[in-house]
Amino acid sequence: MSLIPVSDIVSQVSTKVNIHSNQFFGFGGDVGWQAILQLFTVGFFFVIMFYGQRLQMRVMMKDVEGSLLKLKNIKDEGRKNAIDTLKEVGKSTVDIAPRVDRCLDYFTISPQGMDPAGIVDKLDHILDVRDQRIKDDVKIIAPQCEGTQLNNMENTLEAAMALNYIYKIVRHYYIQSKKTMSLYVVMQLQMILPIVMKEAEAYSAALKAFSLGQPIGDSVGPLIASKLMLGQEIRKVHKDCVVASVPFEGRTALIMKAEGPGGNVGKPGDAIETIIEENEGKIAMLIMIDAGLKLEGENVGDVSEGIGSAIGGPGVDAFKIEEKLVKYKIPINAIIIKEDIGDAVSPMRKEIHNAADKAIERVRELVVERTKEGDTVIIFGVGNSIGVGQ
Amino acid sequence: MTQKQTTTANKISTYLILIVLIAMSLSIVALISAVYAYTQNMIPPAGFLAIIGIFGIVMSIVSLHQNSQRSAAMKIEVPKVMTYIECKNCGTKISREFQRGDFVFKELDVCPKCPEHKQMITGVYKEIKEKEKIYEV
Ligand SMILES: [Zn+2]
Repeated sequence: MSLIPVSDIVSQVSTKVNIHSNQFFGFGGDVGWQAILQLFTVGFFFVIMFYGQRLQMRVMMKDVEGSLLKLKNIKDEGRKNAIDTLKEVGKSTVDIAPRVDRCLDYFTISPQGMDPAGIVDKLDHILDVRDQRIKDDVKIIAPQCEGTQLNNMENTLEAAMALNYIYKIVRHYYIQSKKTMSLYVVMQLQMILPIVMKEAEAYSAALKAFSLGQPIGDSVGPLIASKLMLGQEIRKVHKDCVVASVPFEGRTALIMKAEGPGGNVGKPGDAIETIIEENEGKIAMLIMIDAGLKLEGENVGDVSEGIGSAIGGPGVDAFKIEEKLVKYKIPINAIIIKEDIGDAVSPMRKEIHNAADKAIERVRELVVERTKEGDTVIIFGVGNSIGVGQ
Repeated sequence: MTQKQTTTANKISTYLILIVLIAMSLSIVALISAVYAYTQNMIPPAGFLAIIGIFGIVMSIVSLHQNSQRSAAMKIEVPKVMTYIECKNCGTKISREFQRGDFVFKELDVCPKCPEHKQMITGVYKEIKEKEKIYEV
């Protein structure tokens, strides 16, 4: 920063044209307003030197505060939406708000991992209990809720829980940084906020879709499976999954998905295990179709192929599937439909819907090129089956 | 086809308004001083003050405009989710707004054209009209 104040330049100019600034600002003599300007410049310099960080912190805090307020609005809107929907479909006569608030505060403690042997079953059990617990609560809150609606309401409530959790965490760090006046706490918070906000907005969109029962971007896997199994005989396998045996290019395709149209991801791990065991491991190939997170720069609805179990979640299902695959040496192929996190949980976009046919073509190629006629293949459409029947 | 969603984010922060107001009033004072200096026949200071005043006013208007544009971008336009219905027999396709209870591959009433065949929902999705900003790299 130049310490030569503007006043010098001004005074040079003014002396050239032979005027006195006291005529103008009315201060006593030439020195008056120059001195004040100079003092101001120096003062400004010192303020920036000593309080610069604090000012910067103020600005950051303001930024975080704004985001926190927005988060609060998103959270409150989600809660209201959940309560309204539960009231509407559950036809409850009592005030359900306190009970919903209790649910929003639920937490899940993951199993102790010091000795990780057998942790998958423990985690699986805890997730099952949690799932059942939320379902039971929905039944208490909305007694008239059944089947499809029950699943949708469970999903709605879970989205509201996620929003509540995000808000609380951000608030925690905000208050902490206020208390400690630490630039580094608020800096960390400010750095991750854009991603957190994007996630919160995605959950908010998901909540709306769940409450109405609309298919979301993640439902593209089940949508593809449904397209393949349409008009065939369908039976239930394990909890919440369905399978249909479909003749496919001279092979037998066992098409599987979570049961729709309620919001439900099923338990693909257990279902695939069951089907592999039923066929005594005589499976020529397993193909998993799922929505996959796209990187920035990739297009929504692009289809890409790869190897491995394409399934999200806590990893329990992937673990179970991989165990069986290794046991019987079954090759696994994955097809993913690219979308970002916002698209994955908000109502399905046209590009994603249209990607279903492209993905089916890929499945056809895979099966024709890599299996023999008469083989049996499993095709699993992974994802939330909300708004997709079969 | 689209419904406007209003969020609290679309009002400009009071903080900014305060700063802009201060900057603007200072600029106006500078302009007035410029006029005054001009009437006193002090041309160079008048020029300086006029430049400072105009610059200040332009800057505050620009920052206000930028901020309002940013908050306008935050107003999310939510496209309606549509249900697409098809008759497999005659191929008639219709679409309507999504209703609670719709789901893909749900069988509906018989087709008005061919009484033996039922219509079916073949798609439930939204169409985002505006193009996303593409960064060509
Ligand atoms: Zn028809």
